[in-house]
Amino acid sequence: MKMTAGQPSIVPGGPLLEAVALSKSFGPVEVLKDVSVAVDPGEVHAIIGENGAGKSTLMKLLAGHLQPTRGELRIDGKTVTLTGPVDAERRGTVLVHQEILLAPDLTVAQNVYLGRELSKGMVVDDRAMNEGARQAVRNLGADIDPDVVVRCLSIAQRQLVQIARVLLVPHRVVIFDEPTASLTPIETRALLKVIADIRAKGVGVFYISHRLPEVKQIADKVTVLRDGRVVARHPANELQPVDMARLMVGRDVAKLYPDRHAEGGRQTILEVEDFSVPGFAQHVSFQLGKGEILGFAGLVGAGRTELMEGLVGLRPGRGAIRINGKPRQFPHVDASLKAGIAYLSEDRKGKGLLLAEDLRVNLTLASLDKFRRSLQIDRAKERVALDRAIGEFDIRAGRKDMLVSQLSGGNQQKLLLAKMMMTDPSIIIVDEPTRGIDIGTKEQIYKFIAALAAQGRSIIVISSEMQELIGICDRIMVMRSGRIVGAVTGEHMNENEVVVLATGVKSGEAA
Amino acid sequence: MTDLAADARKVQKSWKDIDLRAVAPFLALALLLILGAIANPNFISIDNLLNVVTRSAFIAIIAVGATFVISAGGLDLSVGSMVAFVASLTIMFMNSGVIADPATMIAVAMALAIVIGSACGLANGLITTAGSIEPFIATLGTMGIYRGLTTWLSQGGAITLRSPDILSLYRPAYFGAVLGIPVPIIIIVVTAAVGAFVLNRTRYGRHVLAVGSNEDVARYSGILVERVRTITYVIQGLCVAVACLLYVPRLGSTSATTGLMWELQAITAVVVGGTALRGGVGRIWGTVCGAFILEIVGNIMLLSNFVSEYLIGAIQGAIIIVAMLVQRSLVRKS
Repeated sequence: MKMTAGQPSIVPGGPLLEAVALSKSFGPVEVLKDVSVAVDPGEVHAIIGENGAGKSTLMKLLAGHLQPTRGELRIDGKTVTLTGPVDAERRGTVLVHQEILLAPDLTVAQNVYLGRELSKGMVVDDRAMNEGARQAVRNLGADIDPDVVVRCLSIAQRQLVQIARVLLVPHRVVIFDEPTASLTPIETRALLKVIADIRAKGVGVFYISHRLPEVKQIADKVTVLRDGRVVARHPANELQPVDMARLMVGRDVAKLYPDRHAEGGRQTILEVEDFSVPGFAQHVSFQLGKGEILGFAGLVGAGRTELMEGLVGLRPGRGAIRINGKPRQFPHVDASLKAGIAYLSEDRKGKGLLLAEDLRVNLTLASLDKFRRSLQIDRAKERVALDRAIGEFDIRAGRKDMLVSQLSGGNQQKLLLAKMMMTDPSIIIVDEPTRGIDIGTKEQIYKFIAALAAQGRSIIVISSEMQELIGICDRIMVMRSGRIVGAVTGEHMNENEVVVLATGVKSGEAA
Repeated sequence: MTDLAADARKVQKSWKDIDLRAVAPFLALALLLILGAIANPNFISIDNLLNVVTRSAFIAIIAVGATFVISAGGLDLSVGSMVAFVASLTIMFMNSGVIADPATMIAVAMALAIVIGSACGLANGLITTAGSIEPFIATLGTMGIYRGLTTWLSQGGAITLRSPDILSLYRPAYFGAVLGIPVPIIIIVVTAAVGAFVLNRTRYGRHVLAVGSNEDVARYSGILVERVRTITYVIQGLCVAVACLLYVPRLGSTSATTGLMWELQAITAVVVGGTALRGGVGRIWGTVCGAFILEIVGNIMLLSNFVSEYLIGAIQGAIIIVAMLVQRSLVRKS
């Protein structure tokens, strides 16, 4: 408690930050009701709940981004009113946002120090900032060149830069809103270690995550939110992940992953041979069978996304692609879509959906040819298709004409899946299909994927969640530094096997 | 005008503030009409209004094309110079006398104007897409090129239609009327109706809005982003050509200052009409309304004695800023 040493009025052992009976309404909708939470010095307090349970709203109230409708905040036992995030930061409460808020054209170091640049006389001290940023990122277990512009980084790397930036602010309470959603196990492990370190310094941590094993591992206390209320609060050592899932959903989550029976001797539908995407993937070869679910595992930066983007014509690549034995070339996505390959981007907000448009426009965007009546678009037919997609993929939208930006992440993902399925693909490539999605929706997405495979469609899943790949895939290819370094099937499909291949640690090849 | 009705209906359903933004230009137009009537009773006469709308034809038609370019996230600064260039070449062709019959000559010259306009637009499109140069810079360059070529063709003077036969035969294209409605007004309505149909009803129009809304999403959806963008510039060139077809019979002459600052007026009309400058939202009828507003403001200034008419440019410049501020405030209310 060295940070509060100069303030004798503080009751020792009291919570650093406390919310008392907070409520928040948006118009007539009450999204939080009488929620009380507190974090003690050196405590990691996990807040879990399904999407829409009110976790992010609660965190925004704690960090001053929103004002509560009722209830109060106490810092060191004293009631405070936060005027905004800057005020909250001044009082030592910092928030690591779920969304990435970085200037894409500035370098890593410039972003880390944005608004609080180090200076040497009249000019900014680039050397000191680069060194500081390099160290800050390295503390998170990553190695990112501080001189690189953020635009060139992957989403996971950007997330790390964002965390590094926040942790440079003097802090007493840190709020993490799904920090690991886009991180791989290695990076997650490093981040959890960082959290353990700052906890050891007497900092209080609020931690939101959908990854329950991670919560189990790091948290001291777990509060479960459902429909804007606290439904349970337990010490973490009294709960297993499966108990947490049950409390979040309010019912038993019997089985997250659908039952699938492995089939031998599938007919090969896609063959990729010696395919390279300059700078990202080298000499990749693999085959995909009809009705197969093939996983792609690897660390962030292993080149999985770039490989798939190269295959479908989103990036320049070279090598042989054969569909049903016929050689194909895709100079543009248009061509691969027509050949029956659909790629669902990992960046559903930036590259998957038009956030400022409604559901109908988004649903039919990739398949407008099917909605033509002479020169016009047949809107009635579009509406029928939307109704069907809403039913088929259980898209929960308050109104059919609402904007996609107003949908929850899970429903956006379902809409993106529905959109790409409108092109009736025989091969579906899904990139991080469940990132930032609650457990109930995840279960649904897995069911959809399994059902699509059962229809005889072939699916490639890229995911940073090992459990997910092991749970739904027939086979997993592991990539490292742009190359396929192995494939695991059957009883060899376990997390350890995949991690060893992905990192190359065991074979001693890794740097 | 079924497109207009359908558009308003869709907007009403989707979001309150967007509804306001779509209606705002029409409210402003109504307000101006009332203001004008108060300032000078002659203003509201049918003759004067038809006259005003007729004079807005050039900007209105060009701005319909600009709505496509801007909706797709682009910008075309070269339209004013392009008018001068296309009209000059058209007149020079008419003066060349390669076709004796005046009627045939006019028809071929009109076709030529359309071809040249489209080619100029295609050049703009290819420079921005294939050359991947920012549209602001690319069209700033072609703006200089088209203007410079016009100055060179006219040797700094004027290019005038010499044949009185052709001129007298062609004059009704601007000064004529059908059922009492001046031809330019009919051309505005037809151009806007076609434009609104293409933008709101067709697959291509949907692609334009998707590209302007988020280029990445469009690309990942299999849309040929570059082709869609290029075609918007061709549409812009076509609209400029149509404006030239009305311009030539009006004056029968061009000079190095023809169409000066028209790009500013066209962009103002588009923005005043509720189209987002960042792309993704396009309102053709709003654009036409914006062009009327610009012309009416000028007309009111002429008819009333409040403000010197030499300040028209300044007032038009102020209008674009006010329109942006209004749009911004309507968004914030959400």
